[in-house]
Amino acid sequence: MAELPVIDYERITTVHKTPLEEFYTSGHRTCQGCESAMVMRDFSKAAGPRTIATGSTGCMYVANTSYQTTPWIIPWMHTQLGAAGASAVGTSAGLRALMRKGKIPKEKINVITFCGDLGGGDMGLSGISGALQTDLDLLIILYDNESAANTDIQATGLTTYGAQTTFTPPGKKHRIMQRRWKKNVAPMLAVGHPTCRYVATACATYPQLDFLNKVRKALNVGGPTFIHTFDPCPKGWDYHPRYSHELGELGIRSGIFPLYEIIDGKISYTYDPHKKGRVPVRDYLMKQGRFAHLIDEDIDYIQGMVDTMWDEWEIPGVAPFKSELQLASN
Amino acid sequence: MARIKEDIKEEFEVWEKEDLLNGCQAVSHGVRLADVDVIAAYPIRPYTEVMDVLSKIIADGELDAEYIIADSEHSQFEIVKHASSVGARAFAGSSGTGWMYGFEALVVTATDRLPPLFLVGNRALDDPGAFGVEHNDAMAVRDMGWLLCWVTTAQEALEHVLIGYRVAEDKRVRMPMGLAMDGAFLTHSQHMVQMPTKEAVERFLPVYDLGKRRLHPDNPISIAPQVNEDWVMELRRQNWEAARRAKKVIVEAYQEFNGIFGPRYSSPFFTEFMTGDAEAVMIGLGALAMPARTAVRRLREQGQKVGYVNLRWFRPFPTQELRECLGRFKAVGVIDRDFAHGSPDSGGILLHEIRSCLYPLEDRPNIINFITGLGGRDVSIDDCIRMYDLTLQAKDGEVEDEFVTWIGVRE
Ligand SMILES: Cc1ncc(C[n+]2csc(CCOP(=O)(O)OP(=O)(O)O)c2C)c(N)n1
Ligand code: SF4
Ligand SMILES: [Mg+2]
Repeated sequence: MAELPVIDYERITTVHKTPLEEFYTSGHRTCQGCESAMVMRDFSKAAGPRTIATGSTGCMYVANTSYQTTPWIIPWMHTQLGAAGASAVGTSAGLRALMRKGKIPKEKINVITFCGDLGGGDMGLSGISGALQTDLDLLIILYDNESAANTDIQATGLTTYGAQTTFTPPGKKHRIMQRRWKKNVAPMLAVGHPTCRYVATACATYPQLDFLNKVRKALNVGGPTFIHTFDPCPKGWDYHPRYSHELGELGIRSGIFPLYEIIDGKISYTYDPHKKGRVPVRDYLMKQGRFAHLIDEDIDYIQGMVDTMWDEWEIPGVAPFKSELQLASN
Repeated sequence: MARIKEDIKEEFEVWEKEDLLNGCQAVSHGVRLADVDVIAAYPIRPYTEVMDVLSKIIADGELDAEYIIADSEHSQFEIVKHASSVGARAFAGSSGTGWMYGFEALVVTATDRLPPLFLVGNRALDDPGAFGVEHNDAMAVRDMGWLLCWVTTAQEALEHVLIGYRVAEDKRVRMPMGLAMDGAFLTHSQHMVQMPTKEAVERFLPVYDLGKRRLHPDNPISIAPQVNEDWVMELRRQNWEAARRAKKVIVEAYQEFNGIFGPRYSSPFFTEFMTGDAEAVMIGLGALAMPARTAVRRLREQGQKVGYVNLRWFRPFPTQELRECLGRFKAVGVIDRDFAHGSPDSGGILLHEIRSCLYPLEDRPNIINFITGLGGRDVSIDDCIRMYDLTLQAKDGEVEDEFVTWIGVRE
């Protein structure tokens, strides 16, 4: 889409330089301390008014957008639970055709689609993959609160191992019902779509301004892009809303949710535990009611998995293969 | 043939050439002529050929459109729904199990009141696999707020892309349009097709304009927010009103079509064949008209007063028009190339619609039902003659067989 004028976003270097204008405002009724709502607020703030958003069913639809009290200042449209990728493609393709054929004025309009971990990470994976294979300008944000939150907190393919959810309650016979290891969505998409030039993971509040800038970077790079955010959810994770930001930070610093971006095939860590170290996952897990039933053995298991990821994976957080050297020494 | 524009008195050609085309090819030319902006494709027989042809049309530069190869029918239909919401004229299609795979998206396209056009190349639903025609696939959207019509020839197929978009996109309507045609018997059978000129089509088909409902930064609306019990009834009611208005819009569209292209359609909703003095008629959808009309001719030669009603528009259902039409006869045989298992009398879908349509008449014709041609089984002229015989018996209330008869099934 080289012929279109590009909005060249500046990097936001300090909090004071954050745009004041809000495009996601009052009218929603998400829980106090909802970090997914922060994702909504921040992506629209970073992208600005020449943006069309679509979003799949989930908390960020049902708790967000009640008729006659929409929080969206930018145009927004609902899409079905598994249709995030298709909605981005349809919107972007429609705009591109209309502009090319002179049916609407030519200008850069951002198409940003958001989906939850169930909608995007499980059901909609094939549609997102399809979207990332196109040459259309679109950004897909998977906001990951680690459950089907809207339907009362059921485990998804992205729920942390061991967590209690309404589908995975601890019982007398089985302490752990969530026995699936978190699906590695962002790297799967990055590795599988060589022409997708930007894939990142992010947390709306840690490090400060990082998510805003990742959204801008994705839009600057153009083409189909993808960001996976890590969103503490007080209702689903069972903690006091005042700890949302802190849990986000602990999730990153414990290394359980790796933060990085991959631009044109090059990976750079936003938070690099190799340099900055990791806090024990226990510090992160034990602040949440959803892990209250875990015993030391379980926590050691999770810690061991996270250690392996950072110490032995070919590319920590991304490629779960071990180098020949590591294999030989095992 | 040349026509005179009313406003500027200048001649323009209406037809450019004649070609031997099958149903799918004809539809692809309709899509080209409608200057569609976004096409989403996914393969499934028998509708796929329309997408094969369209990709070549685009590759040859005869149409400027985004051609998206979707990852599934669900995505395919969502893509055209969203393209339609930003003001792009959009086209998709499917058959049988593919149509059902994307069903959720088909439903929301209607409830969002968006007007893409879809070709349904009718196909039996799996399992077991079968490529042949059966109407249950398209019929599944009948209660969902769709426009739905069946065409019988490749010429009609092409023309109904144009008529379909015009009706669907009309401000008073804005509903998705299902253009159904029998798998194989029309999708892949060739007819001579007259090709309209671009100029004539532009005159008939206005540009797609969603007005205040177009999603764009200059018009920052929220589409489809959560409503719950507060508003769903009102929204359903609006769908219903749109479907009611659609009937008038359909009539206008055919009038205008006939005005530009010549008197091609005697009536929009259905066509009657040799019904003038008929006592017993059959009614059905799609390619069944071919053997049925031949059977009528043969029976007429023997002095039997029979006729055929070829139903085109199934949604909106032409209640009043069909009531007046069918109310004239003593017996009506309803042919279903579908089934409605467990329904009243275990009849077909069309039976239930026709029976309920005729119920208020004081002097109702006797009605019987035939289930036939499922999974693409051929419905022969002899089969049709047999169905006419039974319908003629029903005229005098003499049907010994069951009220619903399966024709052409191994017993
Ligand atoms: C096809 C379909 N299946 C099921 C549902 C019910 N449903 C609505 S929201 C939701 C959970 C979505 O979870 P996620 O995508 O993680 O978003 P969150 O609610 O966590 O924000 C489900 C299962 C639906 N709307 N559509
Ligand atoms: S349940 Fe979680 S994701 Fe949903 S609104 Fe509440 S905090 Fe946000
Ligand atoms: Mg979720």
